[in-house]
Amino acid sequence: MSEEIIKDVIVRESEDYIINMGPQHPSTHGVLRFEVCLKGETVKYLIPHIGYIHRGIEKMCEADTYQQIIHLTDRMDYLSAHINNEAVCMVVEEAMQVEVPERVKYIRTILDELNRIASHQLWWCAFGMDLGALTAFFYGLRDREHILDIFEESFGSRLLHSFNTPGGLMHDVHPNFQKRTKEFITYFRKKLPEYDQLLTGNIIFQERVKGVGYMSREKAIAYGVTGPSGRGSNLACDIRKIAPYGAYDKVQFDEILMTEGDTFARYQVRMGEMLESMKIIEQLVDNIPEGDFTAKMKPIIKLPAGEYFKRVETARGELAVYVVSDGNKTPYRMKFRSPNFSNLFVMNELAAGGKIADLVAISGSLDLVIPDIDR
Amino acid sequence: MLNKQELSEIILKMVPEATFPEGTQLTEVIVPAENILALAEGLKNNKETAFDYMISLTAVDFTTNMTVVYHLDSTQFRHMIVLKVVLNDRENPLVDSVSSVWATAEFHEREVFDLFGIRFNNHPNLKRLFLEDDYGFPLRKDFRDEINIIER
Repeated sequence: MSEEIIKDVIVRESEDYIINMGPQHPSTHGVLRFEVCLKGETVKYLIPHIGYIHRGIEKMCEADTYQQIIHLTDRMDYLSAHINNEAVCMVVEEAMQVEVPERVKYIRTILDELNRIASHQLWWCAFGMDLGALTAFFYGLRDREHILDIFEESFGSRLLHSFNTPGGLMHDVHPNFQKRTKEFITYFRKKLPEYDQLLTGNIIFQERVKGVGYMSREKAIAYGVTGPSGRGSNLACDIRKIAPYGAYDKVQFDEILMTEGDTFARYQVRMGEMLESMKIIEQLVDNIPEGDFTAKMKPIIKLPAGEYFKRVETARGELAVYVVSDGNKTPYRMKFRSPNFSNLFVMNELAAGGKIADLVAISGSLDLVIPDIDR
Repeated sequence: MLNKQELSEIILKMVPEATFPEGTQLTEVIVPAENILALAEGLKNNKETAFDYMISLTAVDFTTNMTVVYHLDSTQFRHMIVLKVVLNDRENPLVDSVSSVWATAEFHEREVFDLFGIRFNNHPNLKRLFLEDDYGFPLRKDFRDEINIIER
């Protein structure tokens, strides 16, 4: 396909029309530019241009201690901040062979899932808004607020928590945490059907997403598409199932898979995942064991020389952390394999041949977070 | 799902020069640069290994050499392997592109080119991804940024 793109660039025809979608386009939710070549209303090819907010996080990591790196990972995929933190914590714990207390594993897993629900809620309301359904935006943010309040009560911040530290948590959760989490689940179980009534069953919405942006399973694998976007194409890629971490091996949940591979399938996967996340939280929240909120760690963390690799499932797909340590308190090299980086580049395959009006629906269904792509 | 022993036997049949470092977290293989494309194709197309999913492709600057690191996974068997190519020529590092094997590699290779200056043979579109054309290669250890000094 890439060779075809280049050929297209060379034999650019006179009636071809190039437009730039972005970098400041409301539906890209960040600074991302699509160079779109049109023939009439049909997209011939699409080239993503990235790097507008490249901050060099991997380079910064080389000068920071592992406790400091946690705060940088918040700023990659800011909607999965807690899960990003956990990835770095787990790679450090594995390298130092620290066994974290059961209590930490349970709390981390509950927070992961709350974070996932909050992320999917924001995606849902923004996706509705992208397609012109402004009411969805208010419904989604109204319910997300409840989760952010739980976060705020326990760790004082709403979006970028940095609540995980290598070995455990910064401090114990608020005494109200269990009660409020259960209240939220009861509340959201009532509210989720409203989402379906408002958007999923809406015929105008369905016409815009069904059969649009088809991605085959082979294409998803070849482009390394993971997370709900991959599962919409029947690719079982959930790291929580493949290599369970935290308390995921103690809970029953289903991996939502759809076979259609279109924008609507990716939408349905995320809607289903919100239900599954609630199931996971319900199984854990009453059984949080008593104990310490952190394992004993030395104040200065030095990983033994070697290479370490850890994968987690964020709200958008597989985040892998690769650390090369030379035995110092800072990593020699730190690589984040971010899910959005791989997910973005399948855009050309999905959009080419379709109409330009579908572009917003397709990019919205991939749920891209731009700081995670640029890092 | 194959273990380290079985994987190394299959790989040695494809590339006899391959070496397997001991004591690593995942199964690692170090192969000469000229064999990487053949090995990548072999590992993907062999029915027993079926490494069809590239998790990530990155590089590490060890100051004496540049190492390109490939993390592979199989969506069928879910076994993992790490391929490594050591490039001793730091001034002009060059390795074959594997973008014909895994489509996602095209963009990971562009990222590595952007940040390390490693060039990839037969890459369809080897342009910088994040940074300007005249910027240095920031993830190299000898990189010095004149404007923003982040050394501690």
